[in-house]
Amino acid sequence: MAAPVLRRGCRGRLWALACVDGGSCHGRGAPTGSPSNRIRGQSSVAQQPLHTAQKPRKGEHNWAAVVGLEIHAQISSNSKLFSGSQVRFSAPPNSLVSFFDASLPGTLPVLNRRCVEAAVMTGLALNCHINKKSLFDRKHYFYADLPAGYQITQQRLPIAVNGSLTYGVSAGKERGQVIPKTVRVKQIQLEQDSGKSLHDDLRSQTLIDLNRAEGQLRVDANISVHHPGEPLGVRTEVKNLNSIRFLAKAIDYEIQRQINELENGGEILNETRSFHEKLGCTVSMRDKEAKQDYRFMPEPNLPPLLLYDATSLPIGADPRQVIDIDQIRETLPELPSVTRERLVQQYGMLPEHSFTLLNEVGLLEFFQNVIKETRAEPKKVTSWVLNIFLGYLKQENLAVSESPVTPSALAELLDLLDSRTISSSAAKQVFEELWKREGKTPGQIVSEKQLELMQDRGALEQFCYSVMKDHPQVVMDVKKGNPRAINKLIGLVRKATLNRADPAVIKEILEKQLSS
Amino acid sequence: MLGRTLREVSAALKQGQITPTELCQKCLSLIKKTKFLNAYITVSEEVALKQAEESEKRYKNGQPLGDLDGIPIAVKDNFSTSGIETTCASNMLKGYVPPYNATVVQKLLDQGALLMGKTNLDEFAMGSGSTDGVFGPVKNPWSYSKQYREKRKQNPHSKSGDSDWLITGGSSGGSAAAVSAFTCYAALGSDTGGSTRNPAAHCGLVGFKPSYGLVSRHGLIPLVNSMDVPGILTRCVDDAAMVLGVLAGHDPKDSTTVHDPINKPLVLSSLADVSKLCIGIPKEYLVPELSSEIQSLWSRAADLFESEGAKVIEVSLPHTSYSIVCYHVLCTSEVASNMARFDGLQYGHRCDIDVSTEAMYAATRREGFNDVVRGRILSGNFFLLKENYENYFVKAQKVRRLIANDFVNAFNSGVDVLLTPTTLSEAVPYLEFIKEDNRTRSAQDDIFTQPVNMAGLPAVSIPVALSNQGLPIGLQFIGRAFYDQQLLTVAKWFEKQVQFPVIQLQELMDDCSAILENEKLASVSLKQ
Repeated sequence: MAAPVLRRGCRGRLWALACVDGGSCHGRGAPTGSPSNRIRGQSSVAQQPLHTAQKPRKGEHNWAAVVGLEIHAQISSNSKLFSGSQVRFSAPPNSLVSFFDASLPGTLPVLNRRCVEAAVMTGLALNCHINKKSLFDRKHYFYADLPAGYQITQQRLPIAVNGSLTYGVSAGKERGQVIPKTVRVKQIQLEQDSGKSLHDDLRSQTLIDLNRAEGQLRVDANISVHHPGEPLGVRTEVKNLNSIRFLAKAIDYEIQRQINELENGGEILNETRSFHEKLGCTVSMRDKEAKQDYRFMPEPNLPPLLLYDATSLPIGADPRQVIDIDQIRETLPELPSVTRERLVQQYGMLPEHSFTLLNEVGLLEFFQNVIKETRAEPKKVTSWVLNIFLGYLKQENLAVSESPVTPSALAELLDLLDSRTISSSAAKQVFEELWKREGKTPGQIVSEKQLELMQDRGALEQFCYSVMKDHPQVVMDVKKGNPRAINKLIGLVRKATLNRADPAVIKEILEKQLSS
Repeated sequence: MLGRTLREVSAALKQGQITPTELCQKCLSLIKKTKFLNAYITVSEEVALKQAEESEKRYKNGQPLGDLDGIPIAVKDNFSTSGIETTCASNMLKGYVPPYNATVVQKLLDQGALLMGKTNLDEFAMGSGSTDGVFGPVKNPWSYSKQYREKRKQNPHSKSGDSDWLITGGSSGGSAAAVSAFTCYAALGSDTGGSTRNPAAHCGLVGFKPSYGLVSRHGLIPLVNSMDVPGILTRCVDDAAMVLGVLAGHDPKDSTTVHDPINKPLVLSSLADVSKLCIGIPKEYLVPELSSEIQSLWSRAADLFESEGAKVIEVSLPHTSYSIVCYHVLCTSEVASNMARFDGLQYGHRCDIDVSTEAMYAATRREGFNDVVRGRILSGNFFLLKENYENYFVKAQKVRRLIANDFVNAFNSGVDVLLTPTTLSEAVPYLEFIKEDNRTRSAQDDIFTQPVNMAGLPAVSIPVALSNQGLPIGLQFIGRAFYDQQLLTVAKWFEKQVQFPVIQLQELMDDCSAILENEKLASVSLKQ
């Protein structure tokens, strides 16, 4: 790498990281599954870091994998962790850099209150013990995108420790069966982000953006394998995984690689590796420098971070000067696990559906608004929201907030369906019309397109009669006892009625006519 | 006019006896005349004249900003000054022009003070002589005083000529020389282990180190963040208090400044009697290296308090002897960390080597830093290594706590103020001083001043008398944390008793008529 070209006066931005170390398994839990399960099971390792892998060969030991995650998440705040400059996605490079961010001599860090509150809230949500006193440290290394030569972090005494996250994994044999899992959270720490390096290989230059990195989430995974009951294996660290999918793939790959390596008489090196997204494998990063010694020391410019609760709050304290843990706890929204449990209980929803509803921003609210306005069964609503509505959104890569269909419109549509005014295929047609944003209500669309179900039984009977007359072979099949043949007749009748007939009613009429 | 105190010249400005521009021009001409002292690295003549012009308008409109309006001041070249080169006397920062003012600089400017320039120092404030900066050593104005010259003539062994000029002490030697040679009325120094008090003692000035956390460090290019404090150099205690009144207070940009200092200093009352005072004399400060002259002055000062009714008791600060070695570990560790940002990438010096970033770092830092700085970086990184951290850094922190507790115990035993020497001896000739290396010198010279920084206490060096050689000797008062006002009040009483003589520089500046009012100079004195 050639000398970076950044000179004084360039600007950038900084963000904060919360770091969560995933818990690890120490050979507990019996290995399960077939050889193929070893990989299959690991693919959900993002939600399941305690997974065990199995070596099924007779007479040999099983393998257990241990995975720990270091999760770097950007705090959503208006300004950076230690400076007043802004945080904005995709701002021009070096446009949001304070003198502190550029590490000008003499500048000092000032802790951002919003970031502390976010860290406390995260700690509470993850059942952590919140440390009422936490400290900041400097971690030193020379790199062009680290202008101070050190990073401010919380190594010795972080803001929150000893948490846990309980979650479910749909891995059972039956559909919707969720196996509860718990991952332990070692600590949550506030950490300044480094800048972003852009390597220009053509000119042999590195450009630095001190706005700081822009990913929302970055995960480093520490992975080792061992035989249950024996000491833990040597671990490798796969750095900079930026999606859950890649994280799962990388862990799967790395576990298998380590097992293969050991079974073939090789050894695992304590090294950092990167995940090659196209090849789906991990490769050694071959650090030029040998072992890094970060020479941690206390950050002398930040006093200990003190937090209070209702019992320890100093009398007459200026609320702008103190952070009250209890107050933050009160503002904590309902946690996802509680919401999911409630959805399952209240609406008889499959657990996996409750996950989907919560994973998409705004989808739960949309769902609840539809429920509020419609007479349709919750199961029907769930099915429409998750299959039809979400499907359309995904296809056009839209957020819920950008949807052309309002909850009220969908509710009205589902009411029409519920009252058997339209058939379900007509309903899908109406939905497609709604998606065009032409400002029409479902009722208007139905009447314009004449999509109402035929209520005239006499006319329907006539349609059925004609179809049976025109397709004697199918009628014969039915009479011979082919159960599926009747469906063909139903389909033909529906087609004849331009989808305006209720299949159930058609079926009833057909059966009556066939048996007569 | 130049020989007056800040308070006096402030009154003269208000009464219209002199205009800010006249005052500024007199100081600028004296700065030129005393250029050989090497007190200033940068003389900000244009800035100062412009500021004087604006000040003059305010006085004409009868709306001066405050007591400092129109007063020439100087600032050590490790405080960031917007638009004015700030070098720390290092190749590393040659040509570096900060885009912002240090909070203390801004506060002075907000009061209408005139910034005459940036003063010389040891590179990155690492030293006790002001001899180890890239711009060369600072010469002590007392080398050219009538008092010293006359004594030397009496000594048959003394060499003639200029070769035996004296050091100012340091590292704020430029600021001390600037005030001592009448080129400004007050100067900012920085004080990490005694860097303000030491040169004040050698240059016959009041050198004040405020409580840690009372004055903002924002914009002060750090030596040791946990000990650095902006220091104040003036000709009398009242002036120091006046400047402190401007500088003190919480700064949102420095999280280590306190919100409610116990005693925010404003105007010092004149202490009528000291009978309610208890003065502590730390027995560990009586070391064999202490010059007999200073020891005797120290003892006479104690007697003075006692004879005026104060209670004077011996106290013990048992961990004093560990302070310097402890300081060495903590200081170099923080230095190693603080200097990491000087990598040639964003600002300051950058070498020509561009084969790799690492090679560029290495060569830039070799070229940019002097041996002293590099030596401290090396030691500091050694102490911070994982395998050494517990044995050095953590232990040093524990010792630091013990040293701080020594002071707390002394004050809890009823002592109001401690009285100690500031330095082991008077200023020595440069040629003498450089016989020892920087590290040895710093370890020796900081012995009385440095424990105070460990504990974050306020301390002030007061000039007491001239030595047999005709050179200033200072004594130090140490107060409780945030009892800066009480400390200065005691110092002011003492200053009044000792009547330290004014430096007589007429031989140095014999053609500078404006300041040749010798009798006037003599009357500047410490009386108000």
